Amino acid sequence: MIGSRRFFRWQHRNAPYLFIAPFVAVFCVFGLYPLVKSLWLSFYITSGPKSRIFVGLGNFSFLLSDPDFHKAVWNTAVFAFFSVFLQLPLSLGLALLLNRKALRARNFFRLVFFSPHLVGMVFVAVIFMVIFQPQFGLLNRALNAVAGIPLDTKWLGNRDLVMPALVLTSLWMYVGFNMIYFLAALQAVNQDLYDAAKVDGANAWQQFLHVTLPSIKPVAVFVVVLSTIGSFQLFELPYLLLGNSGGPENAGLTVVMYLFQNGFETGDLGYASAIGWTLALGVLVVSLVQMKLTGAWKRGD
Amino acid sequence: MSRTVLRILLYVALALCSVVMLTPLVWLVSACLKKPDDLFSYLFFPPPGDLSLRNFHDLFTDIEFTRFLMNSCFVSGVAVMVQLFFASLGGFALAKYEFPGKKPVMILMLATMMIPGQVMLGPLYELIYHIGLMDSYLGLIVPGCVSVFGMFLFRQSMLQIPDDLLEAGRIDGCSEFGLYWNVALPVSRPMIGAFCLISFMGTWNSFLWPQIVLHNSQRFTLPIALNQMVGLYSQKYGVLMAGTFLSILPVVILFFILQKEFISGLTAGAVKG
Repeated sequence: MIGSRRFFRWQHRNAPYLFIAPFVAVFCVFGLYPLVKSLWLSFYITSGPKSRIFVGLGNFSFLLSDPDFHKAVWNTAVFAFFSVFLQLPLSLGLALLLNRKALRARNFFRLVFFSPHLVGMVFVAVIFMVIFQPQFGLLNRALNAVAGIPLDTKWLGNRDLVMPALVLTSLWMYVGFNMIYFLAALQAVNQDLYDAAKVDGANAWQQFLHVTLPSIKPVAVFVVVLSTIGSFQLFELPYLLLGNSGGPENAGLTVVMYLFQNGFETGDLGYASAIGWTLALGVLVVSLVQMKLTGAWKRGD
Repeated sequence: MSRTVLRILLYVALALCSVVMLTPLVWLVSACLKKPDDLFSYLFFPPPGDLSLRNFHDLFTDIEFTRFLMNSCFVSGVAVMVQLFFASLGGFALAKYEFPGKKPVMILMLATMMIPGQVMLGPLYELIYHIGLMDSYLGLIVPGCVSVFGMFLFRQSMLQIPDDLLEAGRIDGCSEFGLYWNVALPVSRPMIGAFCLISFMGTWNSFLWPQIVLHNSQRFTLPIALNQMVGLYSQKYGVLMAGTFLSILPVVILFFILQKEFISGLTAGAVKG
């Protein structure tokens, strides 16, 4: 009896630690340790698990002059640019359409726009691989009928068309997903603000500018940062659509693809780690700049 | 009058967007249901007489598709259960207890969310290799078994549990784990639904890590099996599309079951946070 009482007090005192223990344990072994190790590895050239040569900052200085890496960074940046400046405005536009008060079948449209997100990236890639086919592919046949574009347009075989193909595919995948966030934010806007603006004689555009935008700003910043981070990590789509080589003249090579190539095909985990840390630094800097520019800094989230 | 015109324009715009969004999916369904040789003969569905389940037949006889399907179900099922347990347990601790070290833990969690996982890909591979978990489902599931995002989700929803309720349970002799199991979990049922779907989609669609860990094709999950099929069956698009269709189906079914919880769970952190 006394033993069980002692146990009761013991478990009461230590409960939060026990509950959080799985996270701490897994995090230390499979998070913190690999993270520190990868920083350490980034100072080495490795070849397989045995051979290691210390090169100091050599990997990083090599990155600075590595044309393939530059290409990968450029491609990733272009992709991220279109994700933020093409895809997100469209998402917001769709959300605004769906937010109209008297709209019927709102849930139906929301579901339809969201549905591509249910298809995993790998499966999207397999579907679009066939849709992008020259001659017979759905896209070329549609564009041929509408705009007279030649049927043998090789979306995945022409270095100038690879990036548009990637942007188009991810547009299809994510435009509805991000719309969900904007729509939720729009529905949470205080309606009294609109009434007040109308009393002040604000037209629809002024209402959008002075009521809607400021109200949805926290969510908008969240979505911008999230899709930038996501774009920086683009891998599956080009890897499956273009093969592990990165497409014609590396037109579809992304940073994570280049990391994968170096680490798991060439076998230089050191150089791969250096690429990884450069990516992490890039993600950090860009999201901090975005939060600073949009003034979300002080909110802290 | 112009109001009516605007309304019509609104619906036309929405209908057009819907058509664009649905076209690839409708095309996918039509591609599965054509005879293998007909894939490009018809843009979408063939006349009813030419419909065929041949692609599905080939998928299950030529390729061990059942095995990949079972593998994926097993891996995702186990991963979701484990992630759900750890995330809700950790979320409960962060929501309903004050303890020294809570702040650092939460800062640590936020920091990990900022670092792209690919940074540690190399060392993680080495680690899994050295502890002998290569080419095993343990190696696939264990590194990702605690979802930081999930812990935040559950913390958010469990913050609303009244402290009085927990205190009353304690006076009645309920253990702390009992409070988690009998009070906190049932109250968070909507969040459980949302998290199940989020984590199911994450593991079901996961590609990069399984591609690194799994070598024996007997253990392949659907995404890597399909990637391999792209190489091996590059001419048999019909079979490939049938496989893709069946790979998507479980997620779609689960989504329809958990739809409401999912959307609210997705946006909860963003709108209220």
